[in-house]
Amino acid sequence: MQKIMIFLTALLLSCSVFAAIDALNFQSARQEEDYHTLTQELRCPQCQNNNIADSNAQIAVDMRAKVFELLQEGKTKRDVVDYMVERYGHFVTYNPPLTPATLLLWILPCAFVVSGAWFVMRRKKIRPTGKTAQQSAVKNPENLDDSERRRLQSILNGKE
Amino acid sequence: MNKKLFLPLIIFLGLVIAFVVQLQRNAQGDDPKALESALVGKPMPLRQMTDLFENKPLGSEIFQQGKPILVNVWATWCPTCYAEHQYLNELAKQNVTIIGINYKDQSDKAIKWLKNLNNPYQIVINDEKGALGLDLGVYGAPETFVLDGNGVIHYRYAGDVNEKVWTQTLKPLYDKLAGEN
Repeated sequence: MQKIMIFLTALLLSCSVFAAIDALNFQSARQEEDYHTLTQELRCPQCQNNNIADSNAQIAVDMRAKVFELLQEGKTKRDVVDYMVERYGHFVTYNPPLTPATLLLWILPCAFVVSGAWFVMRRKKIRPTGKTAQQSAVKNPENLDDSERRRLQSILNGKE
Repeated sequence: MNKKLFLPLIIFLGLVIAFVVQLQRNAQGDDPKALESALVGKPMPLRQMTDLFENKPLGSEIFQQGKPILVNVWATWCPTCYAEHQYLNELAKQNVTIIGINYKDQSDKAIKWLKNLNNPYQIVINDEKGALGLDLGVYGAPETFVLDGNGVIHYRYAGDVNEKVWTQTLKPLYDKLAGEN
């Protein structure tokens, strides 16, 4: 019993450890939400492929602090992203804007969808006419001509 | 034979060529982590700066010397800066002007370091909180910026400056800027 009590007390102490991570006093719930969106949207320039919320690199810690500071000054989310882009380039945001360099990324998926749709439409048009219908291996018995019908009959008779 | 059948082969070969070229570039030491500075073509950011030794304010005119200069971001906690320091001393001997930014560091440690290892810097700016570093888009020390005579940033190099980097990358640009002034 005593052991369990000690264990439970230890659990109570552990709560304070979690609270030590970035204890920030936000002015409003809205500001806190903005802070979390921004730190997840901004990319750490040091450990690439991490956002600044996940990374504990020194620069990510600094950038988080700066985001908080700017939000406290009453800056909007847009202002904060612009501030970081001005210093670190478009690399720093996971939501890159339309620029000549990123144009291809925006156009290509659309081009694939359009060309795919065009391809499907074209195939559909070809199928009912000409070659494709004749080449089809499966034939409806009603479409058979006389010689084919006789051959079918002889095959069926032979089996029986 | 239907010409369209060659299309996948052509696309495949195109991809192979693109991958081989990029792989070769990386194999020769092209660091995929290297980022071009967002500040290339812009003047040095303005901010209140203080001198490391005398704690007196510095003006933005220190970056406009009428000749190209290097701005080197360093700190005593950074082992690569230690490796780089000897070569910076050599560059200083060749009359290359280097301004140091002591980034997120303790002043007393930094002054001691410069006393022991020689001081290659014309001026050392104290950036204890890393505010100037943030304005410069610094993401780790050491970083070296090449500025022209008007204080406009032309290049950012992340990593240690050694003889190879200086002769192959920085010196051609430095000489070109020196010729323009």
